[in-house]
Amino acid sequence: MTGAPTVSDTPWLDQDGQKPLVQIKGVTKKYGDVTAVDNVDLDIYQGELFCLLGGSGCGKSTLLRMLAGFESLNGGSITIDGMDMADVPAYERPTNMMFQSYALFPHMSVEKNIAFGLQQDRVPKNDIVDRVHDILTLVELQDFKKRKPQQLSGGQRQRVALARALVKQPKLLLLDEPLAALDKKLRKQTQFELANIQEKVGVTFIVVTHDQEEAMTLSSRMAVMDAGRFQQIGTPTEIYEFPDSRFVADFIGSANFFEGRVTEDSSDHVRVQTDVAEVYIDHGQSVLVGSKIWVALRPEKIQIVKTDEPVSGPNTVNGVVDDIGYLGETSIYKVALPNGQIVDVTAPNQSRPTSETQRITWEDKVAISWEPSSVMLLNS
Amino acid sequence: MSDAAAQTAPAATPETKPLMQRIRRKLQNNWRSIVVMVPFAWLLIFFLAPFFIVAKISLAELAIASPPFTKMIEWADSGIMTIRIVFDNFTYIFEDDLYLNTYLNSLKISTTSTFLCLLFGYPIAYAIVRSGPVAKPVLLFLIILPFWTSFLLRVYAWMGLLADQGTINNLLISLGLIDEPIRMLYTEFAVYVGIVYTYMPFMILPLYANMEKLDGSLNEAAADLGSRPTNTFFKVTLPLTLPGIIAGCLLVFIPATGEYVIPDLLGGGNVNMIGRVLYNEFSRNSDWPVAAAVAIVLLFLLVLPIMVFQYFQGKASEAS
Repeated sequence: MTGAPTVSDTPWLDQDGQKPLVQIKGVTKKYGDVTAVDNVDLDIYQGELFCLLGGSGCGKSTLLRMLAGFESLNGGSITIDGMDMADVPAYERPTNMMFQSYALFPHMSVEKNIAFGLQQDRVPKNDIVDRVHDILTLVELQDFKKRKPQQLSGGQRQRVALARALVKQPKLLLLDEPLAALDKKLRKQTQFELANIQEKVGVTFIVVTHDQEEAMTLSSRMAVMDAGRFQQIGTPTEIYEFPDSRFVADFIGSANFFEGRVTEDSSDHVRVQTDVAEVYIDHGQSVLVGSKIWVALRPEKIQIVKTDEPVSGPNTVNGVVDDIGYLGETSIYKVALPNGQIVDVTAPNQSRPTSETQRITWEDKVAISWEPSSVMLLNS
Repeated sequence: MSDAAAQTAPAATPETKPLMQRIRRKLQNNWRSIVVMVPFAWLLIFFLAPFFIVAKISLAELAIASPPFTKMIEWADSGIMTIRIVFDNFTYIFEDDLYLNTYLNSLKISTTSTFLCLLFGYPIAYAIVRSGPVAKPVLLFLIILPFWTSFLLRVYAWMGLLADQGTINNLLISLGLIDEPIRMLYTEFAVYVGIVYTYMPFMILPLYANMEKLDGSLNEAAADLGSRPTNTFFKVTLPLTLPGIIAGCLLVFIPATGEYVIPDLLGGGNVNMIGRVLYNEFSRNSDWPVAAAVAIVLLFLLVLPIMVFQYFQGKASEAS
């Protein structure tokens, strides 16, 4: 707006002006008859924290190992910073990897583990000392530099592994399940730490994880992977709020699914008739009128009220409370609809129930409803 | 207090039951030391005691008696005890070039054989560790398979292979590669072949056990950090397999030094190793004291390097 075009802070959202750091084109990996990675395309930009999310065996780790140079490609190409990686062995790539097992050298101290990569590059001795010191300060392990890996706790080892991979200032840092070996509390704390460190050093991170919460917290963008293919690529918000497919909607968070037939499609709204109610969606999405389609609703986006009155109209339906799960901060209500389908509804417990009469309980007649903007239309 | 204790104890068998319980509890609490004590007792009886007997004989003199050496402790009629300790056997060994040269030759042969076993065994062990889930048990089985036939039989087989009219020479002559048989049997070469062949599994198996535990991702991590494969081998793989190398080398070096059968059968009279000298002293010359002294010196030759090594290893692990 102010004259000369500036470099965007978030090039992945403004993809026209930027050259991607990593270009993955038609990459395929086969093990015998099994296709681990199936013809995938992906661009990753400088400064991103990109998460590859998927269940075990979905091909996410294979893709990461191909980026690192540990696996050969059966098809396609990988370009990092404009350079084709086809004939570049792992030891010459501008990438570093943090292994799931950390793979720290057990016969070397923390200090020597971290210095190892710099020694390979023939960095002068004084520089090595300085850089090891700086990175140890960053991960807050200055006092442990003489220790051997087996004398450290799990969390400390994780930080040594991160420091060892970061100290070479790679163009691209690959992290294979970086937090999987930590216990739950430490994992949550480390998630934010990891994102902070990434912001500080500005290195592009690609993180492989099976933990959707981890992916949502860490990533600037993420790809949901299944059966060797990307199901959807986008920011965490896009993936959560606007999933493309039933698989993604189901994989990320939980969702209630309704099958229906499109009755009206215009530029600003869509109507879908389902078994239980008419669904009105206040955003346009090109769908074929008359076609069968799935709509999905997140449990927290459904309101629940206690009522005996029958309701009518779009985006609302009567039901009976079948089961309740009290989780403290929220409650999950399993509501049986007239057609027998059970819908999950979560509601925050914003105040203590003052009297038994106000509280929704088993077998209560209720009405559920949702905002027209909350409905997710699934294409496939 | 004592009244209360008496009341809680059962009246019927006030003494026996606590005793049985006490024994049982003792067994339960100390089962570890009991389990360890059994092999220790075994070693004490069947290793340490014979060692002291041999040591005693080495300090005696040759005598025409049965057994053929003088007694260490003698009681005179007057009740005076005399102790006779003679170091002549040891001075005799160290003054005679034959013994000294034989020791050195034994050490030379066993050191070289150990090195050759390591040279061939290390890649074999590495290949087995890296082999697929189908090939691995087969390859391991092949390493152990020779133990299923008698050691002696296998050495005789080598005699048949290496002899002047043996399989190898006949094959080479029939192929027209040589005109005259190559002399292999009854040479040092044959001894090396025999020792390296026989002791190879003792090198491979500890190396295999050690390498099997190595995390394969360490090699990947090294490569990822910019290390070329050869550098990774010397900086990561070799230091981490050192315990296996040491175990394998000791398992080959120690028995190879004292080896008797292989130098006797494959080396004939041409290769002197201390095992043969020991056998000759003991059985042909019936000179038990000198034979015992030879054995004691051999023991120290073998034990000393191990102790020195352990001392330095202990220091190294302290430092880290």
